[in-house]
Amino acid sequence: MVLYLVRRVGSAVLMTALATVMVFLIANQVPGDPVLAQLGDLAASDPAFVAEFRALHHLDRPLPERYWIFLEGLVHGDLGMSIATQRPVLDDIVQYAPATVELATAAFVLSLAIGIPLGVLAAVRRDSWIDHVARALSLVGVSSPTFWLAFVVLAVFYGGLQIAPGPGRLDPSALAPPTVTGLFVIDSVVARDWETLGAALAHLVLPSLVLAAATLGLITRTTRAAVLDSLGQDYVRTARAKGLTEWAVVIRHALRNAWIPIVTLGGLAYANLLTGAVMTETVFSWPGLGRYTFRSAVAVDFPAILGITLLVAVVYVAINLIIDLSYALLDPRVLRS
Amino acid sequence: MTAAAPVPAAPLDGWPAEGQPRAIAKRLLRRYGLALAGGAIVAAWLGVALLARHLAPYPSDAVDVVQRLAPPSRAHWLGTDALGRDVLSRVLVGSRVSLLAGFTVVLIGGLLGTLVGAVAGYAGGRIEELLMRVTDLVLCFPPIILAMAIAAALGIGVRNTIIAMLAVWWPKFARLGRSLVLVQRNQEYVEAARVVGLSPATILFRHIMPNALGPLVVLITLDMGNAIITFAGLSFLGLGVVPPTPEWGAMVAEGRELVEQWWVAAFPGVAILSVVMAFNFMGDGFRDWLDPRSRAQ
Repeated sequence: MVLYLVRRVGSAVLMTALATVMVFLIANQVPGDPVLAQLGDLAASDPAFVAEFRALHHLDRPLPERYWIFLEGLVHGDLGMSIATQRPVLDDIVQYAPATVELATAAFVLSLAIGIPLGVLAAVRRDSWIDHVARALSLVGVSSPTFWLAFVVLAVFYGGLQIAPGPGRLDPSALAPPTVTGLFVIDSVVARDWETLGAALAHLVLPSLVLAAATLGLITRTTRAAVLDSLGQDYVRTARAKGLTEWAVVIRHALRNAWIPIVTLGGLAYANLLTGAVMTETVFSWPGLGRYTFRSAVAVDFPAILGITLLVAVVYVAINLIIDLSYALLDPRVLRS
Repeated sequence: MTAAAPVPAAPLDGWPAEGQPRAIAKRLLRRYGLALAGGAIVAAWLGVALLARHLAPYPSDAVDVVQRLAPPSRAHWLGTDALGRDVLSRVLVGSRVSLLAGFTVVLIGGLLGTLVGAVAGYAGGRIEELLMRVTDLVLCFPPIILAMAIAAALGIGVRNTIIAMLAVWWPKFARLGRSLVLVQRNQEYVEAARVVGLSPATILFRHIMPNALGPLVVLITLDMGNAIITFAGLSFLGLGVVPPTPEWGAMVAEGRELVEQWWVAAFPGVAILSVVMAFNFMGDGFRDWLDPRSRAQ
């Protein structure tokens, strides 16, 4: 088990390192120039100013040396300076990450809380109306463009019915709770500020539903297929034969054995939610990593892109590891082999 | 026809007997109805894309300031946008870029990826190791972020966005292509072809690939919707088309602040949804057809 862990982490570190090399290579082959993207025309026409700017960001050094500088900083927990914001990349990430984590977690909880029961029901009552509704919902969820769905729910629930708050994490006039974790829901509980808690939760509903839509569809589909599969197995027949109630059969026997595909998908889905929030964050003016990534990409801000790449790689690796470890918990046979 | 129909054997319960045309049609329709509907919608959109300029009631860039943000009416079935341009015309003409981008990315990306994977799978050894490592490397990145960075670096434009998408699109086909070739590689017919003295390229492309085509067709069809959504998304973020060109994602972006004038952003989105769903129906249909076991699910 320990050997397995070491091997897994080792190959993950190697892949991450190669990924940063690749970003470096791409970064230096493309025609976009961060200097021109950042400096105004006047400043860009002044050679002395441009040279100073390049030196500040080590853009004047040869490529291998720049990569070495990056690695050296990394060891000290320094991801370098963002060219666009002129702040350390790590500070930027720390500032924007909580909004995304909060949104992605809410979306994840929603898609599990709705998707798993819906999938189980659809499998048990196969070909009934609930099965058809579940399949139609998951199809629409998977097929809708996120940015459009975001617009539609805003237009309906905020613009039309006026029962949901508008974009943003809180109303423009509201004060954020004192920062502890950066997650408004947790921070407002810590501060015992129930009004802010309510507002933060209300602002989370629409964006997390939108972000959850595709994942919800996938989780419903996977749960349905996995439960259907295990309902056809011999041990389910045995469980029925010994007189268990249908729900005991479904929950304790069929669902229990369906967990592995659900956990696999769920883990990857969480990683995708964390990284795939760009569209949702744009439409809902959500100050998260998605928008930061987009701005960095447009500004050709390579230190920032590199930092995000690294973060994403780490998140994926960590989540994959958690998925693999949870197999051992869910299925004792995994450890023995 | 009915007179010529053979006497059916005792039908299995629930299954219409063979040879009854109407019953067969009914069964096929029940099983493949959605796939057929999907195919029809895709065909209709292809027709629209080809004939857009003739079908559109107005020129897609005809500005009419007096009629700006007019709600759907008899003159403008889907209303007008902030510059008074006819939304219906722009949705129809916009299908050209969206479909073109989707097809180009999936077909070229699919071809490249499959080629890489097939060569890796057939060659084995160091070549396989190298090609699949590169594939894994690209798969490390969340595709949309990588595509965004490349598209931004290359500069705005349909061609550059397609190039950016291609850069992140091929790896999944490489994985599939490799696994398909691995399944076939040790079959007897491959052994026979080798004994006869055919070149590896001939064996791979003339003998193995035709046998591995089915799953590829399924992935290509299912992926088409994916590519169309991704392109529209990049375009929504401002990385797709240069402004006056009508394109669905860009149109949603133009209308996204206009909650009161919902028709500006809503209809281009409906267009995307309809195409993507149609491709998903088709892909599911292909899969059921090729792999009867998946039908049970």
